[in-house]
Amino acid sequence: MELFWEIVIAALLVIGGFFGLVGSFGLVKLPDPMTRLHAPTKAATLGVGAVLIGSMVYFAAFKGNLSLHELMITLFLFLTAPITAHFIAKANILRDWRADRLPPPEGAGDWAIYTPAADTSALELLEVEEADKEAAREAAQAAARVAAEEGGSEADRS
Amino acid sequence: MITYALMFAIACYAVALLFNLYRIVIGPGVTDRILALDTMAINAIALLVLFGIWEGTAIFFEASILYAMTGFVATVAYAKFVLRGDIIE
Repeated sequence: MELFWEIVIAALLVIGGFFGLVGSFGLVKLPDPMTRLHAPTKAATLGVGAVLIGSMVYFAAFKGNLSLHELMITLFLFLTAPITAHFIAKANILRDWRADRLPPPEGAGDWAIYTPAADTSALELLEVEEADKEAAREAAQAAARVAAEEGGSEADRS
Repeated sequence: MITYALMFAIACYAVALLFNLYRIVIGPGVTDRILALDTMAINAIALLVLFGIWEGTAIFFEASILYAMTGFVATVAYAKFVLRGDIIE
């Protein structure tokens, strides 16, 4: 039984070390920043996760105390990894990409990164108001035109 | 067997830290350096846990939790500073 646990722990540690190395090697090897963002996620999830589970199994099997701290670290890393990746990607878009190389976003306004205020609802409201004013102006012009035509026909009749 | 596996894993993470250092020194952009620092914090967490197994004490988990938290906050602060020119608006 002890041999079994030893094999399990050794396998987990080797997997963890391998994926940690792969993640950092990808950080060096991959060609541009957006693809480099992809590599360390392997180290953060598989590598550290396998090492932490191996540590948990080790302390449960050989020291006789099952501690759940490791699961907390794993959970924390799983929660924070997408947030950091999102922030780094946003910073990368801001610094290295031009606005005309990006596809246009849905709806009105530009990408939130390029606008000083990320909230574009005021801009949309402004556009709606402009459209309303335009419609009102057109309606007034049409009414004036109709009135002028009526006035002209009356003048002809008289 | 566990000893050899531990040695292998520690060697792997040490080489990984050297790779991260290379990316921090060479890295052509600020975001590359931020990413490499974040990965460095993650590798340091793994090294701390491995050292805890090596020593047979559970005291290094607190240290690795602290590393996880400060690493996350530091990465977000760096990225926020690059994005907005300010950290707390």
